Amino acid sequence: MPEQTLRHAALSERRVLALAPARRRLIILILLAAGWEACARWYDNSLLLPSFTQTISALLAAILNGELPSRTGASLEVLLVGYAIGILLAVVITAVAALSRWGESFLVLLTSMFNPLPAIALLPIALLWFGVGSASLIFVVVHAVLWPLTLSCHAGFRAVPQTLRMAGRNLGLSGSRYVFDILFPAALPSILSGLRLGWAFAWRTLIAAEMVFGASAASGGIGWYIFVNRAQLETANVFAGLLAVILIGLLVEALVFSTLSRLTVQRWGQEA
Amino acid sequence: MTPGSRSAGDRLTAQLAVSGVTLRYAAESGPVTAVDNVSFTIGKGERLVLLGPSGCGKSSLLRAVGGFLRPVSGEIRLDDAAVTGPGPDRMMVFQEFDQLLPWRTVAGNVEFALRRARHLSAAEARTVARDWIGRVGLSKFATAFPHTLSGGMKQRVAIARAFAVQPAILLMDEPFAALDALSRGRMQDELLALCQETGATTLFVTHAIDEALHVGTRILVLSANPGRVAAEYGVPEAAADRGAAQLAKLQADIQAVIFAGHGPMDDRDIAHA
Ligand SMILES: Nc1ncnc2c1ncn2[C@@H]1O[C@H](COP(=O)(O)OP(=O)(O)O)[C@@H](O)[C@H]1O
Ligand SMILES: [Mg+2]
Repeated sequence: MPEQTLRHAALSERRVLALAPARRRLIILILLAAGWEACARWYDNSLLLPSFTQTISALLAAILNGELPSRTGASLEVLLVGYAIGILLAVVITAVAALSRWGESFLVLLTSMFNPLPAIALLPIALLWFGVGSASLIFVVVHAVLWPLTLSCHAGFRAVPQTLRMAGRNLGLSGSRYVFDILFPAALPSILSGLRLGWAFAWRTLIAAEMVFGASAASGGIGWYIFVNRAQLETANVFAGLLAVILIGLLVEALVFSTLSRLTVQRWGQEA
Repeated sequence: MTPGSRSAGDRLTAQLAVSGVTLRYAAESGPVTAVDNVSFTIGKGERLVLLGPSGCGKSSLLRAVGGFLRPVSGEIRLDDAAVTGPGPDRMMVFQEFDQLLPWRTVAGNVEFALRRARHLSAAEARTVARDWIGRVGLSKFATAFPHTLSGGMKQRVAIARAFAVQPAILLMDEPFAALDALSRGRMQDELLALCQETGATTLFVTHAIDEALHVGTRILVLSANPGRVAAEYGVPEAAADRGAAQLAKLQADIQAVIFAGHGPMDDRDIAHA
């Protein structure tokens, strides 16, 4: 059947297109690791530049002795609390902005003031207000999430088609019903990209903040782990910590956000 | 007025009175009068068609009846209660395909409308939605998401949703204008059948004379800039009175009225007719 052949052709073409970049990336990754290994062996100073294999074995050791998992756990705990608070505040602010002009002006003003401000710059104030502890970390993480997410939600709301708005109001929806039944789901593509962005900002901010101080030496996160190992000249561990930061970022992106997007906006045809 | 205040017998069969309505937009270049002093009434079970070239204010009038646009003067009354805002007693069907909630399935869209507008329980909504989805021939697609449907199927869902809510009046803004000619003809027939079956009072907007003659029991021809009532025609309902010759004469009359109130450059607006 010609139709079937066509479909086969389309499928195999798609497979080639989908696999090629992944395969290319893997090859590049292997080349980079090999280059790193070669450089490190040639330079031969593991205090400044541990080799790839040294870093990997340091990473495995730190995972197996339980230190890296517990550091990671501490970081993720702070991150999740800050992320959740940030989402909650963003939802409240955008909902209010959708329902009132004063709310919208408030949102526009605050996001234009705070979005350009690196959250880490608030750390001194956080330390002043909350002292050395996870409250300060949470404070800066909330800032890292809140403003980019608020901006994306707001942009998503404004992009909701007029017809869809009217269809919702036609059913008698108003106030928070209208916002949560129509605007939020309709704006989900934009909100999801805000959540991704917020996650990346929060993760970076947290690692940076942890390097300034650990919540306490015993329960500090990955940032603290990196910082302490640098001080002790355990450079392979520093590299292992950095690798862990990268891997967790990739993992969350691949597992959480890709899944979320596949279950929602992709399924609804709101995003390719 | 709340939909609950209407007795069940009045559903789908209300009376609409539009009197002296003027609609204006605040455009950048100053206020634009879209509709000027338009009056008409629709009796129970009637299907009034607003017919006119694009830009003559048909959508604006429909939006005003829907409660989305406040008249600068004049009044709109539904069953003697003034229209002050949008509500499910006036269900709208739009031309645009994005009137369905993309995150809900076909059944989900109809059920959602029933739960919010008629406050049905989940189980009741499911039963009523299944019935209406069947009546527009989409039973097999009940669990499909809107983006997987054709334009005609999306409009069927919107129509099923509108009927299911049992509004006092149906408001339809060129619901078939974006469809191909074949689907359009079939959808007109199906809509007509549903209207006749339910006796629904309907306000239908179109720029196509043939569609107006097919769907309506009465036609209000609007002239453009600003929109005013140019003429009114009754469409014979009985099959015996719908002879080809009679319809052709009506069509010629309407065309003459539209051309009279319109420059020759605007012929393309009614090219469908
Ligand atoms: N939101 C708006 N802002 C300004 N002018 C508008 C707006 N909507 C419609 N108009 C103007 O009002 C007139 C009638 O438009 P409309 O009701 O859409 O006509 P129709 O549905 O018959 O094509 C047109 O001149 C149009 O440009
Ligand atoms: Mg229009």
